[in-house]
Amino acid sequence: MDLENQKRVKELSEQYGPENLVVVLGAAEGEAAGLTAETVTAGDPTYAGPLTGVQLGLKVYHICEEEIKSEVDPGVYDEQVGMMEMVLDVDEIVDEMSAIREQFTKY
Amino acid sequence: MNSVIKGASYILAHTPDMVIHNGTTQTTERIVNPGSEYLVELPGKLRPYDDAMRYAPNQTYIGNLTPDELSAVAAPWYEQKLEDADRFGKMGEIMPQDEFYILMQVCDAFDLVKLEKGFVEEVKPRFEQHPLMDESIIARIKGGVEQSEIDRAIGEDHAEGLYQDGKLVGYVKKSHDVDVNLSAHVILENLVSKASCVLSLLHLTKNTGIDKAEVDLVIECSEEACGDMNQRGGGNMAKAAAEIAGFSSASGADVRAFCAAPVHALIHAAALVASGTYDNVVVAAGGSTAKLGMNGKDHAKKGLPILEDVVGGFATLISKNDGINPELLSAYTGKHTVGSGSSPQAVITALVTDPLDKMGLKITDIDRYSVEMQNPDVTKPAGAGDVPLANYKMIAALGVKRGDLERAQLNDFTTEHGMVGWAPTQGHIPSGVPYLGFAREDILSGKIETCMVIGKGSLFLGRMTNLFDGVSFIIRKNSGETEQTSAVPEEQIKSLIADAMRNLAASLAGEGR
Repeated sequence: MDLENQKRVKELSEQYGPENLVVVLGAAEGEAAGLTAETVTAGDPTYAGPLTGVQLGLKVYHICEEEIKSEVDPGVYDEQVGMMEMVLDVDEIVDEMSAIREQFTKY
Repeated sequence: MNSVIKGASYILAHTPDMVIHNGTTQTTERIVNPGSEYLVELPGKLRPYDDAMRYAPNQTYIGNLTPDELSAVAAPWYEQKLEDADRFGKMGEIMPQDEFYILMQVCDAFDLVKLEKGFVEEVKPRFEQHPLMDESIIARIKGGVEQSEIDRAIGEDHAEGLYQDGKLVGYVKKSHDVDVNLSAHVILENLVSKASCVLSLLHLTKNTGIDKAEVDLVIECSEEACGDMNQRGGGNMAKAAAEIAGFSSASGADVRAFCAAPVHALIHAAALVASGTYDNVVVAAGGSTAKLGMNGKDHAKKGLPILEDVVGGFATLISKNDGINPELLSAYTGKHTVGSGSSPQAVITALVTDPLDKMGLKITDIDRYSVEMQNPDVTKPAGAGDVPLANYKMIAALGVKRGDLERAQLNDFTTEHGMVGWAPTQGHIPSGVPYLGFAREDILSGKIETCMVIGKGSLFLGRMTNLFDGVSFIIRKNSGETEQTSAVPEEQIKSLIADAMRNLAASLAGEGR
């Protein structure tokens, strides 16, 4: 996960409280989504960024997961995400995200 | 009248020692984690010249293998060494590092590059044999210096070392005591970019047969900034490279737009020629030392050799319509605007379907799409996936949404209208342009009729905007009309007819009198 984004997530979490945050991802692959989800829950697995050793335990979802999709106006969703949903391996992403949430999300 | 693409050139310089000393992944690691395992094992992971030369994607880049032939080579390609391979290709070459250092010195106008005496004596005779190096270039090679001078410059004067097989054989010195923009690091980076640009220009001259004095303008579109502390990105790498290449009648200017710059530059060039401002415009770029070994840690961890060991370059010639070469359709370009939105769907709509809609075409009406043609051998082990394939899938998915094709045809679309990637991950180098040379050949041979070239750029890296960027254009088989055949404008025809009518009327009136 981009170091600058790690810094922003950390700062937002301090400002609003980790229990009040949801991180929504748009990564194109399960592995990449999983790594980002791990970063904002268990800490940066690459030991490079500000979230190294910081276990924020945030709620984290991918935009293609039903929990988020059902929150979005269907017309807007189709316009913004419909095309990518066709391209992405959504099942793989859901598996990866669920596994990370079960393990590390505290809220 | 549309301009045409008269030819292209593609070059690589194999620079393994620069991976260690100049790639930012490695220079950063030396600062952050100087004793790291990666830095220790790195030299053993670098490929010798012969391996890099026989690497199928590199042979494709210089034109010895077509993209279709490359797709028939079993992946991963780094496991194969092509038997039928050559340093020189139909469109360019893969220059070894030692000769490239000589070329860097040739490109140095301020006495900033020094090479060791014995090194020059050994490499210069080989360099002189290069088919494209003329007397003016050979005359720029300087005699070598003592090893002790090199050691002193590195030890005492913040010079950047030039290494060959791990041995220090020269240096690039700083050009100012205080200004970081003229530090040895920046000068080296810019000279590498300039030298690889010059080599591309020389190959373009050969490939197109153009008289060097006929080139009116060079537009350079790399991602380097040259200037001093008062104008950090002052630029004109274009004119600097044109000078060494011997384009005596050319002016130059640079276009910067991250990885999208080559496609922006081609649109500029096409418009300048179509408008009649210039007859021959060259769009060219050299490569980047910073990106050498960019994904090296992932490659090393997965037991691969360091695949990002080449600096890339390319050049293309855009000329006025000759009725033969493929036309660049200036009126139907695609552009991602400030208001387009950043979702992949918005991006592909702006770049692909907006221009097609203007022409009344479907996504499937374009025979081939040239997107970000990154070599998947490099990107997949680094977790970035297969970039061209991902792009083709997105274009196809948008086609499904528009009803241009059925969902079941999605995979066929990616193979029928797409290609495997072969370009080195040098930012602007893979961005749409690697196929131009092949596209010209494929259109001239009748294999395809149309091709869309797409370039994208990540502007956020410069921290000035979060906007995405991208532009596209279509090239098409020449309609056969030339400036000569359609040179008489409608107004002129009308005036000729009016004159004839007046003359007739006058003569009739005269007869009646």
